[in-house]
Amino acid sequence: MSAPLDVSGEEMRAEPEAVAKAGGAPIQGRSLGQIAWMRLKRDKVAITGGLVVVLLILVAIFAPLLVGWFGHPPNEFHQEMIDTLTMQPKGGSGIGKDFLFGVEPVNGRDLFSRVVYGARISLLVAFFATLLSVVIGTVMGIVAGYFGGWVDTLISRAMDIFLAFPLLVFALSLVGVLGQFETQLAVKGDTLRILLLIFVIGFFNWPYIGRIIRGQTLSLREREFVDAARSLGARGPYILFREVLPNLIAPILIYATLLIPTNVLFEAALSFLGVGIQPPTATWGGMLSAAVKYYTVPHFMFFPGMAIFITVLAFNLFGDGLRDALDPKSSR
Amino acid sequence: MNEEPLLSVQGLEKHFPVTKGLLQRQVGAVRAVDGISFDVRKGETLGLVGESGCGKTTTGRLITRLIEPTGGKIVFAGHDVTHMSQGRLRPLRRDVQMIFQDPYSSLNPRHTVGAIVGAPFRIQGIKTEQGTKKAVQEILELVGLNPEHYNRYPHEFSGGQRQRIGIARTLALKPKLIIADEPVSALDVSIQAQVVNLLEDLQGELDLTYVVIAHDLSVVRHISDRVAVMYLGKIVEIADRKGLYESPMHPYTNALLSAVPIPDPKRRAGRERIRLQGDVPSPLNPPPACRFHTRCWKAQEVCRTVEPPLETLAPGHQVACHFPENVAGSLEGVLGGTASTGAVPAEAAPAPEGGALA
Repeated sequence: MSAPLDVSGEEMRAEPEAVAKAGGAPIQGRSLGQIAWMRLKRDKVAITGGLVVVLLILVAIFAPLLVGWFGHPPNEFHQEMIDTLTMQPKGGSGIGKDFLFGVEPVNGRDLFSRVVYGARISLLVAFFATLLSVVIGTVMGIVAGYFGGWVDTLISRAMDIFLAFPLLVFALSLVGVLGQFETQLAVKGDTLRILLLIFVIGFFNWPYIGRIIRGQTLSLREREFVDAARSLGARGPYILFREVLPNLIAPILIYATLLIPTNVLFEAALSFLGVGIQPPTATWGGMLSAAVKYYTVPHFMFFPGMAIFITVLAFNLFGDGLRDALDPKSSR
Repeated sequence: MNEEPLLSVQGLEKHFPVTKGLLQRQVGAVRAVDGISFDVRKGETLGLVGESGCGKTTTGRLITRLIEPTGGKIVFAGHDVTHMSQGRLRPLRRDVQMIFQDPYSSLNPRHTVGAIVGAPFRIQGIKTEQGTKKAVQEILELVGLNPEHYNRYPHEFSGGQRQRIGIARTLALKPKLIIADEPVSALDVSIQAQVVNLLEDLQGELDLTYVVIAHDLSVVRHISDRVAVMYLGKIVEIADRKGLYESPMHPYTNALLSAVPIPDPKRRAGRERIRLQGDVPSPLNPPPACRFHTRCWKAQEVCRTVEPPLETLAPGHQVACHFPENVAGSLEGVLGGTASTGAVPAEAAPAPEGGALA
């Protein structure tokens, strides 16, 4: 918490006019974004979190390359690694130079490859579900907050309904119902499941961000710069997008970053329950679910579990740091 | 005197509905502005004073049509703008601009100074000869800011500088009328003088007409040619500056003036201080007839039953009171009053007001 406060010291002290007259190098004006970036750079924890996030994204993007270098195809059976008597990996886990994270019991699939490929599904679903929530939430929140009246009442009640919705039950039944019609749909298999997950997670999470944006818009609407724009004859869209929206970038970024780990967990939970992506496609939640039966081989559960843990932690640390940097006045 | 006023407000009303319950049933109304009338002539400065909650700011926002009037009429430069649609109002908005009270809230923190001062051109779709940037830099220079600050953000400026940015924005479209809503009350006293003087200089330079809304009587005295005093949504007295400050007729004006601090202890000792009792009544349920009767030391039965009309008791001096003061004394005010009314625009040259801003 000390980091954000320091900014007013060194960088901000110089009185612009005085320096300009003294004839040094021209002073560059700093936007609020640049100041936030300076604050963020000082927050070592947040930067670490951010780097881990970047690393995770790179891992997900270059999964085939990584697996090509350090592992085996994720769905390839390696029966030679399995003790045929106990059906457990030889030597307990099978961890070694060849199999960095060991192998699964019974069929001997490479755990490293599966964790790496699992990152793709997790991040893909979490990112796009968050994007969906943010887009719907921002539009709804800004419209409700700015126009008020019956529009606000309507949207706010819709938010209440969405929040009260038994999401898990809905997801379970939706997947079941759609499974019946899978043969008649244009998209099938994993693509269908991923789209479904994104829709279910994204579409039902928008009220959280919507409420925040609505509240912020309510307070921004009363600021005099909005009146100034109106007294100049600005129309609604101009005020919403040019005057109000730029002031909402900070909360949107913050809550998007904090929503991603929630969605990673939610995707894992759905996959764990068997609602999400179906085997043999590797997902972290699905791996955890499979590992439950094999508690005698703890590494099976450890690696996907750690992957979820590190992802969620990194996003949360980064999100917290981002909040401190963008909005130093909010107290933790 | 006979020329058409630039702005004419007739019986203007704004009642904010008070609703209750699920069905938003209206149970009452806050009568923020309750039938006020005044004219503003081209080139003059009208001061609008009164204590908090008397409706001065609402009046300003009604004139700029930021809020919809409930009743009455606003005529600007011959156009009835009372209920004109926002679309038809748009071209007229170039001529009526507003300076806002809080320089910290009136500038969008995410926009550069260039974007803020250039916004009027963009919103109104006006092309300038040498481009918007050049035009903006000229205006910045006009209000005493460094044109190189074009790319800076508001948070890099002090309160006084920020208010100058706000003033620059209002000047961008070369308006005829500027409504200044408490233009200096959020500033340090030392900066107040600078900004007030800037407003006066600009008036001479750009031929502006001002309506200055303020609660600080010394600021109003410094800048105004005529002053209107408001109490609970009504104008109780309107007169030229000299007449109002030297021979106030309404008891409320008297009380207000007696509350102005005098920096000289010797002069202070010789003055009778009028202390008003109680609070301003709620505009939800204003007192009947004369609204000031609940706090007036001269109130009699007639004040509680008959509303005093705004009457001209001396040339250019209108008062709404059954028992006005200084009426005899205003004979001198009559002479002085007529003289100064005739010379209103010429009086823009600021008379030295010793300690008026101290």
